[in-house]
Amino acid sequence: MPKVLLSGDEAVARGAYEAGCKVATAYPGTPSTEILENMAQYREIYSEWSTNEKVAFEVALGAALAGARSLVAMKHVGLNVAADPLFSSAYIGVKAGFVIVSADDPGLHSSQNEQDNRFYGLFAKIPVLCPSDSQEAKDFVKLAFDLSEQFDIPVLIRLTTRVAHSKSVVNLEDRVEHPVKGYEKVKEKTILLPQFARLRHYSLEERLQKLAEYAETTPINRYEPGQKSIGVIADGVAYQYAKEVFPKASFLKLGMVHPFPKNLVKNFGQKVKRLLVVEEVDPFLELQIKALGLKAIGKDALPKVDELNPRIVQNSLYPEKKIELKPETDVPARPPLLCPGCPHTGLFYALQRQNIIIGGDIGCYTLGALAPHNTMDTCICMGASITFVHGVEKALGKEDKRRKIAVIGDSTFFHMGVPGLINVAYNRGNIVTIVVDNRTTGMTGHQDHPGTGKTLLGETTKALDIAAIAKACGIEKVYTVDPYKIKETKSLVRKVLAEEGPAVIISSRPCALLATKNPSKQVLADRCNGCKLCLSLGCPAIEIAEGKAIINEAFCVGCGMCVEVCARGAIL
Amino acid sequence: MTKKEKITNILVCGVGGQGVLLLSDLLAEIAMNEGLDVKKSEVHGMAQRGGSVTSHIRFGKKVYSPLITEGNADFIVSLEKLETLRYLHFLSPNGVLLSDNLIVEPLPVIIGLQEMPKDINERIKNRVKKFYLIDAFAKAKELGNTRVQNMIMLGALSNFLDFTPDTYHQAIRKNVKAKFVDINIKAFETGVGLV
Repeated sequence: MPKVLLSGDEAVARGAYEAGCKVATAYPGTPSTEILENMAQYREIYSEWSTNEKVAFEVALGAALAGARSLVAMKHVGLNVAADPLFSSAYIGVKAGFVIVSADDPGLHSSQNEQDNRFYGLFAKIPVLCPSDSQEAKDFVKLAFDLSEQFDIPVLIRLTTRVAHSKSVVNLEDRVEHPVKGYEKVKEKTILLPQFARLRHYSLEERLQKLAEYAETTPINRYEPGQKSIGVIADGVAYQYAKEVFPKASFLKLGMVHPFPKNLVKNFGQKVKRLLVVEEVDPFLELQIKALGLKAIGKDALPKVDELNPRIVQNSLYPEKKIELKPETDVPARPPLLCPGCPHTGLFYALQRQNIIIGGDIGCYTLGALAPHNTMDTCICMGASITFVHGVEKALGKEDKRRKIAVIGDSTFFHMGVPGLINVAYNRGNIVTIVVDNRTTGMTGHQDHPGTGKTLLGETTKALDIAAIAKACGIEKVYTVDPYKIKETKSLVRKVLAEEGPAVIISSRPCALLATKNPSKQVLADRCNGCKLCLSLGCPAIEIAEGKAIINEAFCVGCGMCVEVCARGAIL
Repeated sequence: MTKKEKITNILVCGVGGQGVLLLSDLLAEIAMNEGLDVKKSEVHGMAQRGGSVTSHIRFGKKVYSPLITEGNADFIVSLEKLETLRYLHFLSPNGVLLSDNLIVEPLPVIIGLQEMPKDINERIKNRVKKFYLIDAFAKAKELGNTRVQNMIMLGALSNFLDFTPDTYHQAIRKNVKAKFVDINIKAFETGVGLV
């Protein structure tokens, strides 16, 4: 079979395909999104974008209990959303293999925290496998399906950004079919009423004990003999970094980090003179190694914050060979931006310089928090815009004259915004919810969602109407506006801010990256007086040269927002 | 010339939308087709939002880390000169820098929050022994499509690698839409002649 270059995400999808997976679900989230995007190319697998991670998890669990090999994928914080079924699923177990993929993001490349989801293994009592490159990502997914069936338990694969988004060489193999076993009613297993759940807890402890024995002998926990002066225990991509820094050392590479292979680790620790633990973010392995009474160096030397690389490993654990190379100073930052023609731009322009409190949410529009817009006070987690400002409004009461605004994207609204909006209507809230509806899941690369009328498999489906949902949630004042119409948007926003009572504004216009490009706008140099009002749009296509605005034709998509903003009619 | 036993480290950088990822995908694929072990790493997600984008490509007999560390890049291929400056400390003392002369001002500069360094060329000269500043973007414009800037840079880089011209042509044909193959190959060949 051929060798190909695959990212870790692509390799996970390929592994599921080869393992005979039948159902795969996810909600998009960096760095996990490409798993399901790639899964959809395998027509033997039913793949879907679910509305959120809890939904995705439960759909895949249902499929596994119906006897089909199933996989659910999400970013690390998505597993918080899905934590409820995660814990229950460990008790229940599976019928066919059930694999959960969590893509963690050490370094916060595109996330709100650096949580280490290996701890979910300990917490929810499920086995955890940590691949260190794409080949292992594929192999471990296949093994996880087998282990899930052998031990009657879901298996968690923990990727990190550097595994998910790095490409390396992978050997392809054929798919092996696993026919759907069919649904059976086994109420002692699937009904977690206390009398059954207690017995399932006993069963879970027994299953974990057997898994602990398996962890001692599994080939993915690998002893690599080397010099005895240094012994390294490592997992995931941290293993790759440590191999570069300590090429001659003895290694214990852990592929399965929960249950923890105590005897294997103890024997290894006793063989070497100096024991090093190399892992990213939290001291997950180190805590368990030290609990065995072994002396080891880990997070007392290595950082707990940010992702590692070979240089950090070397400087922390091998200070005699410390090298520090400083970057050039004062190089201006190049932060990610709202794109030229981004419809969010028009809405944020209308919200600028208002005496308001704005709760933000998760998506491209979180960039509205940055200059020149500065129109967002928070970014907490999916759906936490509406609920957050509702709390602020209840705390400050009528004496606080600032209007409380929530800004939430369309995909995020479907994901977790709806319960918050119902809560506002139910609890007599008085906030304005603005749904920035760009008809796609923008930040993660344009995935469909319940409002787009298309499924992941490309089928046409019902496109849910956000205005109708808002009304059904109990909000009476629901407005829709096109944010490209700057003046109209501004006057609607001002009007709603001045009114009392809960309201929803849907700022609706497809993402500029999906729309056709119009001819570039031009600045009439004799009319431009260099007032820089147009710069307050934060459009990357507008620059100032020799005191006057110019439009970079390579970037401009001809949206025309700047034409409306310019007070002197200098842009055409 | 690079030896196949040694790991070759190439850092490609630029601005979101310039084609950093395609350039690095081609390099990785070519190295794999030559029977080498390859790792390539970058962070997606923000790439389309005009942010700073880097891709690390490493190939050789056996590659462990997907990341190049500071001071270890044999080559930096940069599509934008401010990004060149940002990643200059990754270049090894004997490394080669290939940078476009193009400057794309970042938004904090445009709106007056930060200033452009005035002495970019001076700083490059002070820090790098072997560098080539190329007008790849301008050449791409002459060829009629600024999007082939990345292939001009790949062509320039190819002078320093062991792969035959044919391997590049094949990779371009395989990864670029049929109607853009000719202009991309033309751009590649233009780049070959620029250093």
